[in-house]
Amino acid sequence: MLNVGSIEQGFVLDHIKAGKAMTIYHDLRLDQLDCCVAMIMNARSSKMGRKDIIKVECPVDQLDLNIVGFIDPNITINVIEHGEIVEKKALGLPKEVRNVIKCKNPRCITSIEQGLDQIFILTDPEHAVYRCKYCEEKYHGHRRD
Amino acid sequence: MHRQLKNLRHVMSPLDLSVEELDHIMELAADMEKNPAKYAHVCDGLKLATLFYEPSTRTRLSFETAMLNMGGNVIGFHSGSTSSATKGESVADTIRVVSCFADICAMRHPKEGAPMVAAAKSSIPVINAGDGGHQHPTQTLADLMTIRQTKGRLDHLTVGICGDLKFGRTVHSLISALVRYPGIRFVLISPEELKLPSYVKEEHLDPHHTEYKEVIRLEDALPDLDILYMTRVQKERFFNEDDYIRMKDFYILNEEKMKLAPKDMYVLHPLPRVNEISVDVDDDPRAAYFKQVYWGMYMRMALMFTLLELEVKE
Repeated sequence: MLNVGSIEQGFVLDHIKAGKAMTIYHDLRLDQLDCCVAMIMNARSSKMGRKDIIKVECPVDQLDLNIVGFIDPNITINVIEHGEIVEKKALGLPKEVRNVIKCKNPRCITSIEQGLDQIFILTDPEHAVYRCKYCEEKYHGHRRD
Repeated sequence: MHRQLKNLRHVMSPLDLSVEELDHIMELAADMEKNPAKYAHVCDGLKLATLFYEPSTRTRLSFETAMLNMGGNVIGFHSGSTSSATKGESVADTIRVVSCFADICAMRHPKEGAPMVAAAKSSIPVINAGDGGHQHPTQTLADLMTIRQTKGRLDHLTVGICGDLKFGRTVHSLISALVRYPGIRFVLISPEELKLPSYVKEEHLDPHHTEYKEVIRLEDALPDLDILYMTRVQKERFFNEDDYIRMKDFYILNEEKMKLAPKDMYVLHPLPRVNEISVDVDDDPRAAYFKQVYWGMYMRMALMFTLLELEVKE
């Protein structure tokens, strides 16, 4: 297996569905961070067969990882400080999801208004139901694309 | 420069107002109807902007009359085609511009959520005057006030809602507002194809443990009702023509059917009506649908008065 060195401080996102690392890279806006990111794609996994891994070297408070729980709750996140795992982050559903999914209601104002953020609010945590902030169109469950 | 407010508030849905606030607005509306002279100049020098991106008869005229009755003025446009929207101006930019001219704004837009976009960028109160099939809070205020004025209360009522319960935004809004009062029962009268969606039941009826039953025949429900809220059944909602033909006369309310109803059961309709209420019902003292229009105007007066933080100078 390809070797990528360990990181001093940051996060390791493991058990990403194979082929999805790039999508998560963009969803977490890692391209906008001034930090070192390593992406391992299609790695062998005893649990998943194949998986992706992302390693991010950055101060631990610089990244909002809540969105990962919405994208795929099976992803595991290890927080690294001084080269050691200090926390395994539990993933919950974020209260708000911004610019990750688009409202599918053709009558929604987001379909025509320029520069408007796509905002979904968690309205039913038990059933993982989100609703568009503007038109209340329902979005069910986690994003699995 | 527009009027400076201590607390800038917008009304996007009827649930933006608490039951206590609604009670206060209804009392104010009743007082405005009784004492028009007292409120004739409370809006002197103030302007309402009616930003109507799609045509409307009742709602726009009602808002404009409401402001004129309080001594204010009205500016605005009456369709998207006569506004800068045709040049591609965003709702956010339009409201920023209008905030420089007016003190309060009523917005109707074919796109759902447009008034919320406006509210986020506005420095004046924005009232949703209907956004697509989504919300129409001042219609609900008119409905509640009419029930209160005809029945004398908003609690312990059996409310029949008849017709298109699936797509009717006024129906969903009214249910969400009425469940907050104690002792409300609903009789939902509709064909199978137009039943109340399960999400409305799950979000509004179930959490309040509101009692309801679903029936198909209007005649079966009529004897037990305090209020009958009629809506239009639209042909395009049916999957086949036969079903529509079978159902369309089912929900025509006429004087014959009104004989089955209690003497103090009032009939409401958000209008426009097509044929679902026969014109022979219009002269029945229980026909309250034109009173809804009347009270709707006073509710809009009271709502604007409240949002503008006005006071009557005694």
